[in-house]
Amino acid sequence: MSTPATVLTTPAYDDAVARYEPVIGLETHVELGTASKMFCGCSTAFGATPNSQVCPVCLGLPGALPVINEAAIRFAVMIGLALNCQIASWCRFARKNYFYPDMPKNFQISQYDEPLCTNGWLAVEVEGEVHRVGITRVHLEEDTGKSLHVGGATGRIHGATHSLVDYNRAGIPLVEIVTEPDVRSPEVARAYVEELRELCRSLAVSDVRMEQGSLRCDANVSLRLRPAPGEPEAPFGTRSETKNLNSLRSVERAVRSEIIRQAALLDAGERVVQETRHFDEASGRTSSGRSKEEATDYRYFPEPDLAPLALSREYVEAVGASLPELPSQRRARLIAEHGFSGRDLVDMGNAGVLELVEQTIAAGATAAAARKWWLNELARRAADAGVTPAELAIQPVQVARVIELIAEGSLTDALARKVIDGVLAGEGGPDEVVAARGLAVVTDDSALSAAVDTAIAAAPDIADKVRSGKLNAVGPLVGAVMKAMKGQADAATVRSLLLERLGA
Amino acid sequence: MPLALKDVLTARGMPTTCGSRILEGWYPPYDATVTARLRAADVVILGKANMDEFAMGSSTENSAYGATRNPWDLARIPGGSSGGSSAAVAAFEAPLAIGTDTGGSIRQPAAVCGLVGVKPTYGGVSRYGLVAFSSSLDQAGPLARTVTDAALLHAAIAGHDPLDSTSVDRPVPPVVEAAARREVPGMRIGVVRELSGEGYEPGVQARFDEAVALLAQLGAEIVEVSCPHFDYALAAYYLIAPSECSSNLARFDAMRYGLRIGDDGEAGAEEVMSRTRDVGFGPEVKRRIILGTYALSSGYYDAYYGQAQKVRTLISRDFSAAFERVDVLVSPTTPTVAFPIGAKVDDPIAMYLNDLCTIPANLAGVPAMSVPVGLSDGLPVGFQIMAPAFADDRLYQVGGALEAALDARRGHSLLAAAPAL
Repeated sequence: MSTPATVLTTPAYDDAVARYEPVIGLETHVELGTASKMFCGCSTAFGATPNSQVCPVCLGLPGALPVINEAAIRFAVMIGLALNCQIASWCRFARKNYFYPDMPKNFQISQYDEPLCTNGWLAVEVEGEVHRVGITRVHLEEDTGKSLHVGGATGRIHGATHSLVDYNRAGIPLVEIVTEPDVRSPEVARAYVEELRELCRSLAVSDVRMEQGSLRCDANVSLRLRPAPGEPEAPFGTRSETKNLNSLRSVERAVRSEIIRQAALLDAGERVVQETRHFDEASGRTSSGRSKEEATDYRYFPEPDLAPLALSREYVEAVGASLPELPSQRRARLIAEHGFSGRDLVDMGNAGVLELVEQTIAAGATAAAARKWWLNELARRAADAGVTPAELAIQPVQVARVIELIAEGSLTDALARKVIDGVLAGEGGPDEVVAARGLAVVTDDSALSAAVDTAIAAAPDIADKVRSGKLNAVGPLVGAVMKAMKGQADAATVRSLLLERLGA
Repeated sequence: MPLALKDVLTARGMPTTCGSRILEGWYPPYDATVTARLRAADVVILGKANMDEFAMGSSTENSAYGATRNPWDLARIPGGSSGGSSAAVAAFEAPLAIGTDTGGSIRQPAAVCGLVGVKPTYGGVSRYGLVAFSSSLDQAGPLARTVTDAALLHAAIAGHDPLDSTSVDRPVPPVVEAAARREVPGMRIGVVRELSGEGYEPGVQARFDEAVALLAQLGAEIVEVSCPHFDYALAAYYLIAPSECSSNLARFDAMRYGLRIGDDGEAGAEEVMSRTRDVGFGPEVKRRIILGTYALSSGYYDAYYGQAQKVRTLISRDFSAAFERVDVLVSPTTPTVAFPIGAKVDDPIAMYLNDLCTIPANLAGVPAMSVPVGLSDGLPVGFQIMAPAFADDRLYQVGGALEAALDARRGHSLLAAAPAL
């Protein structure tokens, strides 16, 4: 049976949010960076030969039993504490039962009504405005295997002739972080995921690489009419859940696209169906997945193969005391101590140089110079080499020395780049490279004087122009001197010497 | 020392079928901890013993590989689900066997075959490599011809195992020493009022009463104890065990090992799973999976599974209260002697009633033993002893004393009266 298709008019985004208030909740899965899996000793390394990191436990062989990985508990508690959650003094794992070929036991060990962490929040800043996003819960569970559908055109199950399953991922510890429906815009949704990613990165509990799936996000979106002035807020509308968003950009785009789609439905007097949806990167649109109304009953019950988890207060306090500085604390400190702007911090964070800049400042460089060299020169070189800035073969203390040499006039920026070339090429520290390549700015007046005289003598017509007052004509002479000095002179000094000699 | 291993425990180099077609051809790549400990003790595993499919049954008639018979009377059942283990030991095919006990599956076969069978304290013996029926109830234990043999086997397999999170890290109770003591003066023995009366065969009740009188003669103090919530044990058990089994048996889906039916290149994974499970599981297993799936369903969970867990707590409290007054509790192991093959296959409730006396110990996790105390109509009668958790040694002390006194009175062991096969 089909209902007559209504022709929907797609509203502009601004128009949609002027009339409807988006209500957004986010569920984020973070793969923990433990060395071994959640319930067995198998490696969690990414990219291994399929089904090479498996054992009776993570394959769910008959008779095998799970044993909790202590590191996963510690990581989850760290995340919970960093998100201002309460940590349960007693909690249990539960079985989530459903059949799927990538689930070795056809149940997933997860947590249900007794999660490890509850009731926290994360502050998110967008364009200077701080949004406090409530955290409902943080719980631990095991990942499933990975299905590969073969024979179809799209790599999706539809049209495939058969499927392959890689169980290397099965049993990798995951935390699921669920927010309250507190988010009101695609920008805040994106910023929340970004902040959560920075948080997990700073805690060193995950490599949080969205493109590898170690951080995945589901967005629940609904709309409600904005109340007229003086009227109470409308109740929440029906939500859709868009699954497996694997980049920050996708989070923002998918939420935006859902807002527009739902607004069009509501405008046409239709209802939003509660369902899961998939986001297509190419079209920028979501499409319908499984309807929740026909969804599985997961038949949760407490996992009888695991004893309840009872963390002592001392344990939780010790984990709390071990937490490193969190991104928000660090940002506040960097702004206060070094005078960076919020924009600077975002740029340095995105470029992956914040830590390096800090270390360079600690080694004696000024904040502005450290920021400039890492963000511009070194980040670019890292990108060219296909490595992260931290992987470059130059230490923050060496960068600080280069900056020092510039400050005392021994190097120009151009020379400094050559020094960095040398350090990166493994020729030694900055001082060694300067010595070996002979890169210091020449301050010997006689050599410089001779070069100036030679340049003037070689180009008498230019010299005359300058003498007659056309100061800008001095450029080619500066170039000639610099060339004669093999770049080891300060261009500004050369220019003033030339002008002085020409009486201009 | 040769031994028959119930086919629910994995052993490298041998198939593990759990009495089910669905595991046809599966060779486990690892040893169960029990198996590894037996091998380390130089035990020779003679072979895998038949069982009710996935340990669901009380007669070993629910095996995809055929029924096992009772050596005392080949027309009768050897008990279940560890009926292959009990029959092998009673028939002198193996001196020892390992069984598993979820609701009585070691003690009831021991009782009807005239053997000693022990369900250790939950957590006392590792479940790693024991293919789970009901994880919170399953426990492996010994089947033997004498209390001492059972104690030696118990000591060999017990002890903490880091591979089983429900295994308890504490010393193994001194079961071998307790078995050698053979005396009970001053011990307080509680007779459970709720486990007698209507439904108990007169011959079974008579042997039980005689054994209690004998213990009194040996110097034990006998008291009657009431455990009022035992009346609800069977109902609670038939919600908890099927619920857990519906989840535990979900993994048998033809995707990774065992039987695969219907993979014709057209059928999708879901259809292959469904057809394989239809063909691979027997009717009793299907009945319990359906029952458990229902009991765990949204909207029914609180009324069934949740309520059953409350009953379980009340039964544990009954035990705790009783053990403040007495050292051990006793009852008949089964209400009847071995019944004829086929007599109860069409009546699941009648079959379930076999486990009336044995289920409370599983629900509370306490240890329990069945020890033979004579014959009724030429068939063995079992006497059940239950002790507090981690006091497994008390079972062996009482069982050993009873065995010695009965053998002395009779002039020979009970098994010597078994008809030659």
